[in-house]
This record gives sequence, C-alpha cells and structure tokens, in this order.
Amino acid sequence: MNAFSHPAAVAPTIGYASDERALIPPAVKPRKTGTRRRLALGRAIPFGALIGPALLLVVWSIGSVAGLIDPRTLPAPWSVVGTAVDLIAEGKLQGHLMTSAWRAAQGLVFGVLIGTVLALISGLSRLGEAIIDGPVQIKRAIPTLALIPLLMLWFGIGEGMKVTTIALAVLIPIYIQTHSSLRSIDSRYVELAQTLRMGYGEFIREVILPGALPGFFLGLRFAVTYAWLSLVVVEQVNATSGIGYMIDLARNYGQTDIVIVGLVLYALLGLASDGIVSFFQERSLSWRRTLAD
Amino acid sequence: MASHLGGLSGAPVVRVESLIRSFGSRTILDGLSLDIDKGEFVALLGRSGSGKSTLLRALADLDDKVPGSGRLETPDKKSVVFQDARLLPWKRVLENVILGLDLPDAAKRGRAALEEVGLGGRENAWPVELSGGEQQRVALARSLVRDPELLLADEPFGALDALTRLRMHDLLRQLCARHQPAVLLVTHDVDEAVTLADRVLVIDKGGIVADIAIDIPTPRDHGDRRFGEIRSELLRHLGVETKPVLPV
Repeated sequence: MNAFSHPAAVAPTIGYASDERALIPPAVKPRKTGTRRRLALGRAIPFGALIGPALLLVVWSIGSVAGLIDPRTLPAPWSVVGTAVDLIAEGKLQGHLMTSAWRAAQGLVFGVLIGTVLALISGLSRLGEAIIDGPVQIKRAIPTLALIPLLMLWFGIGEGMKVTTIALAVLIPIYIQTHSSLRSIDSRYVELAQTLRMGYGEFIREVILPGALPGFFLGLRFAVTYAWLSLVVVEQVNATSGIGYMIDLARNYGQTDIVIVGLVLYALLGLASDGIVSFFQERSLSWRRTLAD
Repeated sequence: MASHLGGLSGAPVVRVESLIRSFGSRTILDGLSLDIDKGEFVALLGRSGSGKSTLLRALADLDDKVPGSGRLETPDKKSVVFQDARLLPWKRVLENVILGLDLPDAAKRGRAALEEVGLGGRENAWPVELSGGEQQRVALARSLVRDPELLLADEPFGALDALTRLRMHDLLRQLCARHQPAVLLVTHDVDEAVTLADRVLVIDKGGIVADIAIDIPTPRDHGDRRFGEIRSELLRHLGVETKPVLPV
C-alpha cells in the first residue's frame, strides 16, 4: 500500500499530479487552420467525463440481463439499487455512513491542523525546520498502514486509534505541500515587504499565508483522498460500525450487493469531498484563475 | 571623484560618505560619496556591474547581508520602485497600493493615488489582469501613497516597450513635480536620464565619475542641440564613443 506515500506529493514546486488535470484548463483555444491537420486535441465533448461511466453501466446492465454475469459475482445494477433502498429503509446505511463520515472528518480536521501548524513552524524558522522536518520525513517514509499495529497497542481498537491513523496519513501531504509552497515564495516579495516596512505579523498574514495557499490546497486534495483510504483500512481492521464494517460483514455472508453498495458509497464520498475542496480552492485562488480563464 | 556638495536649499535629504560595499573579494562600491537635495531628481547611469544597483539597495536598506562601511543618511519616508512592478498577485490593485500602510484613511489615499496614475476604477482588478505598463503605474501609486521624501527607482521602465516608456516618463515627471520627492533613478538609458533628471551621475568602478547638472528647460526635446551634447558627454563617460551630433 505505498499509495500512502504518493511520490507526487513531494513535487518540489507547486506541480500538479497527473490526476489533477481538472485544474489545468487548456491555455489556448485551437485555431481553425482549414485543410491542415490540427495537432492539438479537438474541442471538448460536453459532459465527456460522464460518457465512460455511463458506458460501463450499460455494459454491466446488458451483461446482467443476458445472463453473462453471474449475480454472485456481480449483481445487476437494479438489484444493487434495491439493496441500497432496503438498507436506507432499515436505517442501516445512514448509520454506517454517519459513523464513517464522522471518523474521516475528525481525522481530517486534526491532520490538517497539525500538518499546517508544523509546516508553518518548519517553514518560517531554521530551528523549527531542524526539529520538525526530519521526523516528518521519517514518518513519510513509513506507510501509515504499517503503523496500525503500533497504534492499536497504544490506543486500543476504539475511535481514538482510527482517528489517529487517519490524521497521521492526512498531515503528511498537508505538511509537504504547504511547506514547499511556503519556501518557494519569491524572495522579491520578502524584499518588497521589507521596503514597505511591514511588521512580522503583517508579513505572515499578507505575504506568507496567501503565498502558501496554493500548496495548502493541493495538499488538501491529497489529504482528502488519504483520509478515505485510511478509513477503509481502519474500518476493516477492527470496527463494529461504519461502511467498511458493513462491507466486511457482507463479505462474510457473501452478500455481493451490499459490498457494491458500500463501494459506490465510498466513490460518492470521495468525489463529493474532492468537489468541495476544489470549489473552495477555485474561490480562494481566484487571482490565479483569472489568468487561466 | 566628483561629488556634489549639497545644494542651495538647506540640508540634503540623502548623504552618502565613503561608502564601501563588497561581495567576497570584489569591491563594488569603493568609497562613494553622494548628496541628494530635497526634491532633487537625480539619475544614476552606469554600465552593468558598475555598482548602481548596489548603491540603490544600500539606500533602500536592502543590503543588510552585504559587508561594508561608510556613512549613510536617508530619510525615514522613502519608497522603492523596482524594475518589475512587484505586485502581490493575490491582492487586488487597491490592496496592493495600500499594502502595509497603517493609516485610518489608507483606502481613500490609495484610491486617490490610483486616480493620479490614471488607474481610477481599476481598484478591484487583479494584477494579472493589467498590462506591464499598468502594473508599473500601480507600483508608482504604491510608492506615492506613502508620501516619500525619497523615491528610489531601480530601472523602473526597463521592462516596458518604448511607447509605454515615453508615457511613463511624462507621468513620472508630473508626479514628481506635484509631490516633490527627492528621486534617485537608476537607469542604463541615457536619454531617459537626460529627459527626466535635474542632475545625472555616472558611476563606474564603484565611484562617481561624472556629475552633470541638466540645464535644459522642460519639457526636453531629444533633438535639442544641448541635449545631444550632454548625451555625448555622458556616453563618453560610459565608455561609448559617439560621432559628433549633426546640427539640427
């Protein structure tokens, strides 16, 4: 599970990982060149992102109707929907969802807070960097999942262990990206702040924090993904509630439909949270967006 | 070394005496002395590596890491215009102008300054939405809003195209006439120096080698005979030989 120490999270500048392409709109519109062959891609297909998943759904449906897919391997889409409706009617799905979402949210909040504070201390002082950066890099080298046995010995198998695991996974990308973005703030701006006779507090507020914001948001997008990833694992290791628990239980009884419901739920949660983060990202970084538009 | 020894109008606002600055074994400023009077517009010409930027950075208190010695007196109220406009990209135009300005009517002053540089109504634009010339005008507004007694400008128009540069010359001249700061304009453009300044200095090998008062009434015409003479003299000091100027 080396996804926990994703190499793209160490980009030295504010780079974009390949899966962040939604952030980079094309710089120029392709020009009509008459008979000559265009080298650039054509115009974007409206709602193109939905075509692939829709096609997959069609294949799945046809396969189920034609009896090509064994329902024990993969139940038909409508029976998955039916199961979801039943679970909701029984109130089980909401309960598990709330438990999982609460765990992820707590881990995320603690991880983001700790990661940001560490990045600021380490980014703004030589002593802070000397003390903090090493341990964080060591932590980054150890996959968070490998820490679970130790965390279980320390915190037991309760909520504390789960939230800690998630927070530990989350703080790494936040720290790495915020720190690197903060350190790459142009020294010319520091000079400017000096000639404008800004105080230290004002300098942090007006120059450092806004300058580090792009890195923070990039880190946050990784962090959200890592939070769900860790959640899945801790819920399957030892839990009595949550989506992961629901899936694990269903596996024991061979209830493939419930497993699929759980997976769909994870997908929706992942997409929704990434959407929320990128919404705030676009709003906060509108000074950059204007350039991209 | 030619050193201007104060003007007629009281004490100079800038006083530099025997200034030495060196990077490693290279001495950039070698016992340089210079006075700038209140409200005087001084242009500083020099080849690259002659120490003109080093001098400006010393006056701007931006060289605390550079070893050196000498006496340096500058007013408290001074501001710097850099070659790049150096606007914070995450702040809107008005916020950039009043950055670090701790006054109750900062916003009002900022708007007035923007109006003065011809950017009234662009207060809420992002820096990336402005052209290079407009960005540099915002930088000018940011300097003026601080009511400087000394304006330090480090090749402020060097990155602009020729037409925009001419327009910026007019603007800078008007603004200086109105606000009367002492100005030190570092430039490599001889015409720019002669057009704008009351006095042009040439710096070479860490010292001032020429100090020429420009006795041409403003607005100055580049085709003027005296303009040509001064230009030739300055170019000679800069190590560029020119053919005699043709009579106009």
